Amino acid sequence: MNLSFTYDVLVVGGGNAALCAAITARRAGARVLVLESAPKDFRGGNSRHTRNLRCMHKQPMVVLTEAYTEDEYWEDFMKVTGGLTNEPLARMAIRQSETCMEWMMEQGIRFQPSLGGTLHLSRTNAFFLGGGKALVNALYRTAENIGVDIEYGSEVRELKITEGRFTSAVFSRKGFSHEVRAKALVTASGGFQANIPWLKKAWGDVAENFIIRGTPYANGLILNLLMDQGVKTIGDPTQCHAVAIDARAPRFDGGIITRVDCVSLGIVVNKNAQRFYDEGEDFWPKRYAIWGRLVAGQPDQIGYSIIDSKAMGTFMPPVFPPIEANSISELAELLKLDPEALRKTIYEFNNAVQPGKFDHAVMDKCGTAGLTPAKTNWARKIDKPPFYAYPLRPGITFTYLGVAVNEQAQVIMKNDKPSKNIYAAGEIMAGNILGKGYLAGIGMTIGTIFGRIAGGEAARYAKG
Amino acid sequence: MPKDNQVSPELIQEGERIMRICNACRYCEGFCAVFPAMERRLTFEESDLNYLANLCHNCTECYYACQYAPPQEFELNFPKTLAEIRLETYKKYAWPGPFATLFQKNGVASSVLTVASIILIAVVIFLSTTTESFFSAHSDIKGAFYEVMSHKAMVVTFSTVATFMVLAFVIGFIRFWNDTRGANSAEVTPSAFVQAVGDTLQLKYLDGADSGCAYPNEVPSNARRTFHHLTFYGFLLCFAATAVGTIFHYVLGWEGPPPIPGISVLPGESDGLLRSLPVILGSLGGIGLLIGPAGLLWLKSTRNSLLADPKQNGMDAGFLVLLFLTSLTGFFLTAFRETSVMGSLVVLHLGVIMGLFLTMPYGKFVHGIYRFGALLRNAVEQRTMPQLGSE
Repeated sequence: MNLSFTYDVLVVGGGNAALCAAITARRAGARVLVLESAPKDFRGGNSRHTRNLRCMHKQPMVVLTEAYTEDEYWEDFMKVTGGLTNEPLARMAIRQSETCMEWMMEQGIRFQPSLGGTLHLSRTNAFFLGGGKALVNALYRTAENIGVDIEYGSEVRELKITEGRFTSAVFSRKGFSHEVRAKALVTASGGFQANIPWLKKAWGDVAENFIIRGTPYANGLILNLLMDQGVKTIGDPTQCHAVAIDARAPRFDGGIITRVDCVSLGIVVNKNAQRFYDEGEDFWPKRYAIWGRLVAGQPDQIGYSIIDSKAMGTFMPPVFPPIEANSISELAELLKLDPEALRKTIYEFNNAVQPGKFDHAVMDKCGTAGLTPAKTNWARKIDKPPFYAYPLRPGITFTYLGVAVNEQAQVIMKNDKPSKNIYAAGEIMAGNILGKGYLAGIGMTIGTIFGRIAGGEAARYAKG
Repeated sequence: MPKDNQVSPELIQEGERIMRICNACRYCEGFCAVFPAMERRLTFEESDLNYLANLCHNCTECYYACQYAPPQEFELNFPKTLAEIRLETYKKYAWPGPFATLFQKNGVASSVLTVASIILIAVVIFLSTTTESFFSAHSDIKGAFYEVMSHKAMVVTFSTVATFMVLAFVIGFIRFWNDTRGANSAEVTPSAFVQAVGDTLQLKYLDGADSGCAYPNEVPSNARRTFHHLTFYGFLLCFAATAVGTIFHYVLGWEGPPPIPGISVLPGESDGLLRSLPVILGSLGGIGLLIGPAGLLWLKSTRNSLLADPKQNGMDAGFLVLLFLTSLTGFFLTAFRETSVMGSLVVLHLGVIMGLFLTMPYGKFVHGIYRFGALLRNAVEQRTMPQLGSE
């Protein structure tokens, strides 16, 4: 790092989007500095917890089977967002997702067929060999090899912006403050999900019961600085990618292993031992992303996924052992639920289950009759002890409130004019595309595409 | 079996904790056979861990890819934990049981036993030959080193040691196989056997899914696989040299020493090159046994110390040094076999080989026995056991 001269491109952030931008800018001939706020061991933001990206493709490609067309991708996308999106940006991301894998492989990222237990994703999602941290390692290695300057443990505290034009940034490193000048700025510093006070501002005190699945370094500081400097925001502060995860997970950084994948195989009750949503509405991978909000809406933001021994061994084994009991009353006591209420809920559920041929591999239409809410698929009586329960909490992956961008990844100022030299990529701008809901693997697609665009445009501006 | 040869409960507990985390994550599935084998299980008993630990080739790709590796709070060090379990399984399966302690002091044991072997060979030689003969030059025509140690004495000494060694390997293998049988009692099929042999000969799981593995550091490299191939095939070629020499001796009646090609073809012999076969094989193997072990030692010295089990340093180094010395003394003996230092070189070379043989059942060599066993079990399981759990 050389602070005596002006860099062409300053990249703030250290995850996939940031490195895609840095590498693209460097390959375009720019002098690039990356400021990653995390120490080296925790570099990579949420990317270190990811595992795949969603790619459109017209025929089988590398590890992806069959075809996944733009239309089908768009349809899947519309189902989860309900149309809350910027269509030109979303369509652009979908179309360009076809080019991601080839480019990533050129940067040393390796792919593998979809993981065991994720067969339904083999057509749509390309898995990184070794997961997101292996991807992050490869990107850093490439960035270092081509001469990108990288500083860890460097948190940007101040951005100097006049009339939509960035000039310099002040950052803190090992307790000292430094100023760095650059001709262009790429912000790829994530959402604000790890900033609990900010979450509470949006959600109220219920946010105290949220678990942050990923990096504790996503404090939203850069987003906040940009907002203060007159950048236009987009998205609802309560919207986020949130799933229901094991309530015993650590507050931050628990990652994929805190998942609980048996919701569709049993029932989910709240602290009053009442069911509150159709557990069998659709395949779990299509529904896991709504359960975070559902649990967040329950009293004390807690739920309990309950199954019996028939379901054991047929879902991805969670890291925390289940709470186990030989009777419903005993289970209720272990969960500190009202035994009478839980027995009644399960009794009514069991009586409502209609006969049918259970098959977890298809939407088997084994449902309940006369029950509210109904369970529409995979409904089986919960009657074979031992009974098992997993406590659930909302697990926030990333928030959607972000900076508005255009197709060049330029941030838009409050006067609706694009900034001259400020770009954004990744979670900090994902809200342009994701108004609500989530589609597995699309976060990395957005990061890769907008990272590359931001890096390329920033370099072009700086060199031009 | 003595009780202190059991895998420690703390290690089993840590292995179980790690497997639970890994089985919920599965990101490393594409690296090797260990993770898919893990996915065929939901719970992990000692027998499962002993099997998985021996299936692990210690390529360490998974450590660098792990989002839960230290300093993350889960402190997950997959390769090191499996390496620690592996060492304890070596002790558990060792025969005779009391010798298992040699695994821990293998570096010392190798040195002591090698020196003792050198002395033993010297004693055997001096019992049957004169000091004058020992320090004289002997031509190949007269049988060179058989002048100082008779063929018969060599055969008796080494076949005794080799029989003991093979017995230890066979018993160890049987103990491993029975210990790791678990719930899956499916029989070994010919195709599973062929696959396991192929996986072993190619070192399939040291390729880190094509681009090499993270050894000695994070950057994927094929260095370890290359040096291991040189060592392994070098060893096999030397073994082949001995086997061919034995066949020449007993079947064709061509008594040794085999001629060095182009230099010492015996008068009147037209089939010199064929007769030189043991020397050719031995020399090619010897080159492998010089470069391979030296390279592996060099890689080991530069590897990430966070991933190494320090208890195994002596064992790893001891075996590699003995392989290297076997080859080195072999080359010296071949080169100087018609000079007056031949007698001393015979003592040195045979002493090193005997030291190697004696320590092989209680040192690094056994990894090959159990790794093959684990690959065989893996091949059987792939055909008979489904993967468990899905989203």
